[in-house]
Amino acid sequence: MKYFSLVWAALWRRKARTLFTLFSVLTAFLLFGMLDAVRTVFNAGDQLSSGRMIVSSKLSITQALPISLLNSIQHVPGVKQVGWANWFGGYYQHPTPFFPNFAVSSNYLGLFRGRYELPPAQARAFADTRDGAVVGAALARQFHWTLGQRVPLIAGIFPRTDGGNDWNFQIVGIFTTKNPKLKAVEQQFLFHWKYFDEGNAYMKNMVGWYVVNLDDPAHANRVAQAIDALSQNSDHETKTQTEQAFQASFAKQIGDIGLIAGGIMAAVFFTLLLLTGNTMAQAVRERIPELAVLKTLGFQDRTVLALVLAESVLLIVLGGVLGMALAMLLTPMVSAASGGALPLPPLGLHSWLLALGLMLLIGLLVGALPALRGMRLQIVDALAGR
Amino acid sequence: MNTMQTTGENLIEIRDLGKTYRRGKQAIPVLQGVNLDVAAGDFFALMGPSGSGKTTLLNLIGGLDVPTAGSIVIGGQRVDRLGGAALARWRAAHVGFVFQFYNLLPMLSAQKNVELPLLLTKLSAAERRKRAAIALQLVGLADRAGHKPSELSGGQQQRVAIARAFVTDPTLLVCDEPTGDLDRAAAEEVLGLLQRLNRAHGKTIVMVTHDPRAAEHATHMVHLDKGELVGAARVAQPA
Repeated sequence: MKYFSLVWAALWRRKARTLFTLFSVLTAFLLFGMLDAVRTVFNAGDQLSSGRMIVSSKLSITQALPISLLNSIQHVPGVKQVGWANWFGGYYQHPTPFFPNFAVSSNYLGLFRGRYELPPAQARAFADTRDGAVVGAALARQFHWTLGQRVPLIAGIFPRTDGGNDWNFQIVGIFTTKNPKLKAVEQQFLFHWKYFDEGNAYMKNMVGWYVVNLDDPAHANRVAQAIDALSQNSDHETKTQTEQAFQASFAKQIGDIGLIAGGIMAAVFFTLLLLTGNTMAQAVRERIPELAVLKTLGFQDRTVLALVLAESVLLIVLGGVLGMALAMLLTPMVSAASGGALPLPPLGLHSWLLALGLMLLIGLLVGALPALRGMRLQIVDALAGR
Repeated sequence: MNTMQTTGENLIEIRDLGKTYRRGKQAIPVLQGVNLDVAAGDFFALMGPSGSGKTTLLNLIGGLDVPTAGSIVIGGQRVDRLGGAALARWRAAHVGFVFQFYNLLPMLSAQKNVELPLLLTKLSAAERRKRAAIALQLVGLADRAGHKPSELSGGQQQRVAIARAFVTDPTLLVCDEPTGDLDRAAAEEVLGLLQRLNRAHGKTIVMVTHDPRAAEHATHMVHLDKGELVGAARVAQPA
């Protein structure tokens, strides 16, 4: 600690250069924080999904499965509850902003313990209303919907039997979620599959996917194999997977978010490495005579090495912490501005630890060469300007 | 063996000292067969034309460089046999350095510059501050402690450098052209300060200079030419 003032003073030797470098580090870690939040949103679900599996078509999740599978799945040993859902793909007034809307089984909300918070009276109203719909709080806020209001959705895929595209629903419930990582569910619009099945002209007795709760998560593999065996060699073979794997494959329709985020971060950090590496090299090159003076006074080679490395790490950590703090401030703002379409969770301990690890690694990498140069310098040559 | 000797107990004993630099395949001898004794409490001026090897000799005495031949004993220690880390520890404990261009760290205040060598000791922060303040007081710059080098004149910067050199109370001060970058008045001030450190505080000083008037402040003068000692004299001091 007694060398801190020396490291701090060296860092601010050229204020403008340090500020610009700090700003670039800050920007990189701000981007890291935001992208990590996006990645978390797309990977969320598994915390609550242990013991929950999704059965969808082996060919594609856009392929529907017959409702007749329900009875067979319910009788597979290890299966506790089964529900189902179908992608509807409707929109309200205009195709954008987009929000997910599903036709679901009557027991659907109950399958996801702790995910949907719906007052009991509203849950009862949903069960009793044929054309009732329950919507997420963020979605209700976005469109200023209230309980009892009639809301028409325009079908993007499924026309009505009468040829129309307008599907009328009554808002009978508004749900929330307590899990900040699952805030995206507050964008959902859910209504009865039965109402959908009877009213659509496109398909009958078909569902998009089944949701299966298990007696024991440890039996997941065995149950999955048993369910998939039910439809083996049929025209509707299934693929049973964990909820997280299902969501990942769903998200991969847009693209591999993890890969995209990772690619962007790799490019950003590589650029940062070159930029700050050059800055540190320049800063140390300018200070060679000063480092020689320190050695003349009796500072050991390894102390000089540590001083330069500490300066480099301090620069990156300072910029990185500011960037992450700014990301913490901005994520709720971005969530609010997106009207709930991109409900970014607050940066968690895992993100901070990962960021701190990256800061230390980049700081050490960036400082390594200049520090070695400082350590190896010959006093006499350096003082003579050679 | 022609040894330049002074009176009293020797602090520095140099025998058959040689230094040859290599530039590619070419060997450049800079010092050859130098023998020199410096008694504790002496103020030695090393004189000679440019390229005579006086700075090289000073660097070897100060433990900044290692000889290619001969030996250097300072305070009973074979300095030429010390390796990197041991040599650094020895410098920190026994030698104070004053350079022609002051070599203060520009981003630190005068006070912090003087505290630098004390960072290598086990002194507390409060004790370091106290000692640096006393050193600055001794060089007459107590009121400029918070100033950065760029806010001080050349003479003042050199006085800060001298304070930095003696703040650890070293046995030996080595000074490389300490007045080379100063005007006459500032140079006199700095030389007077060195003389006071020598006489009042008993510091042994080895100073390289090409200025005969600066050398007159020393107690002894030796001349180097083409890497060899060619003459020595005791300087007559005013009463």
